[in-house]
Amino acid sequence: MLLAIRSIRSPRLACSLATLGATLALWYVLTSLTGVVGPSRLPAPIEVWQALLQVAGEGYADGRLDQHIVQSVKLVLYGFFTAAATGVPLGLWMGQSRRAQAFFNPIFSMLRPIPPLAWIPLAIVWLGLGDAAKVMVIWFAAFVPCVINSFAGVRNLDPALIEAAEMLGLRRAQFVREVMLPGALPMIFTGLRLSLQASWTTLVAGELIGAVRGLGHLLTQGSLDIFPAMIVVAMLSVALCGWLMTVVLGAIETRLMPWRPSR
Amino acid sequence: MKLQHLARSEMDPMAVVTRTEAAHAKQARRLAGRSDGDARAGAPRRGTLWALSAAGLITFFGIWWLAAVAQLIPAMFLPTPLAVATRFVELLAHPFAGYTLEQHLWSSLQRYLMGLALAVAIGVPLGLMMGWFRWLDYIVSPLFETLRFVAPIAWVPFAALWFGTGIGGPVLIIFAGAFAPCVVNAYRGAKQVDERLLEAARMLGASNRMIVCEVLLPGALPAVIAGLRVAAGLGWMSLVGAELIVASSGIGYMMVKGQSAINTATVMSGMIAIGMVGALIDWLLGRIEAFAMRHRRRARN
Repeated sequence: MLLAIRSIRSPRLACSLATLGATLALWYVLTSLTGVVGPSRLPAPIEVWQALLQVAGEGYADGRLDQHIVQSVKLVLYGFFTAAATGVPLGLWMGQSRRAQAFFNPIFSMLRPIPPLAWIPLAIVWLGLGDAAKVMVIWFAAFVPCVINSFAGVRNLDPALIEAAEMLGLRRAQFVREVMLPGALPMIFTGLRLSLQASWTTLVAGELIGAVRGLGHLLTQGSLDIFPAMIVVAMLSVALCGWLMTVVLGAIETRLMPWRPSR
Repeated sequence: MKLQHLARSEMDPMAVVTRTEAAHAKQARRLAGRSDGDARAGAPRRGTLWALSAAGLITFFGIWWLAAVAQLIPAMFLPTPLAVATRFVELLAHPFAGYTLEQHLWSSLQRYLMGLALAVAIGVPLGLMMGWFRWLDYIVSPLFETLRFVAPIAWVPFAALWFGTGIGGPVLIIFAGAFAPCVVNAYRGAKQVDERLLEAARMLGASNRMIVCEVLLPGALPAVIAGLRVAAGLGWMSLVGAELIVASSGIGYMMVKGQSAINTATVMSGMIAIGMVGALIDWLLGRIEAFAMRHRRRARN
């Protein structure tokens, strides 16, 4: 949002802040002030604050908030980087060679309709409740958008550019480095962004089903103990981390593609 | 605009490829130099490609089958493809975890349709109105932007707390998954409606209601349907996640039961069923999308 705020004209910003403020006020009035909504349904703001202090200080569900966050982010990054390291080259290769496309596409289209979350039970059967199962599922979730978008990026290259490169007698390595990669980069980043979102959702689902630490585990423990304030803290942490990772990826994107106007 | 950017990134890249490839082919035909838009000269023949596709599938199933038959991985964890197919057929007739496969599917589909219908019924009008009334845009956008980053699946504890594990809980999660693309695409569609049409409608004295219903909705329809397709996919995925955690029937529940019984063939059968239904839903919406586009083009000519 830091990036967004600068580009938005002030009436919009004022409205946004007013809305968020009004929502918080409404939340306060409904819970603490009048008690229209019971504390077991929706926690009061003060309870959420206390829950946050509790989990950040003494810890909850076998860990402090920072430990839960580090655990979740670590797993997402493992899965995401493995997926990017395998998916992007495969997508580029499929985009650039019709033979590779013909070979991999049927397998890929067969597995693609299975949503990543549906791999969780299989991963648990295979690898148990540890980190490996989660990394496998995240890898799968992040792999598909990486492949599809890199593939599309190469296929969408301007044919005039390809012909010019051919005519100028570019060697293959040169072609890949100078024409294909820069041309496909915007689509690759679209894929990475979607991958990151998918990874994060999948991780939370995986941790909800079984984990000993992590934000999903915090959510589960909160709901087992019927501790709504802790659930809210966990949800907010999930949102905040997801947002932060998107922002970081966006910043990398702008750095890598200085020729594109920044958003 | 943040929302508009988001919608574009969620567009189906395969559709883009198909579109650009058609354009490339046209250009190639015009130049009559090359018959194929390949990045390299010497494009392979059709027959070779078919053979390669077949080889790909054979390799996939072959490795799977070999690994299972040679007991590289115990049969309990990796059944042969044939064993999975047999189990799939068996599940259609014999109940597992209380119901047969099609009963599980039916209960999943009921929840799915309820959640999706709710998301469309609220999300699309909201998106259209946000595209027309600026004050609504200003009020809803910040809330929407904040909540969007909460992964749909993170609503599970509250879904269970508020609505229980029967129908209500899973429906809320499907709603959480499908709502955002409905809103975003309807909004984007409404913003793309030709300014002149809006001005003409306003000059002719159309009320706000008439503008939203008779100008914005038809104008935004392709974007709305494209959003529907994304929403349907995300909703289906959220449903599976929801059923893995909070449900007492449904295809996800069946898979969890298969998982705790270490019955890999049942888990894989569930994955196949989920994949097939998901593909079917996507295909249906794709047809509707194509129909709407054709209809629109005809109307324009």
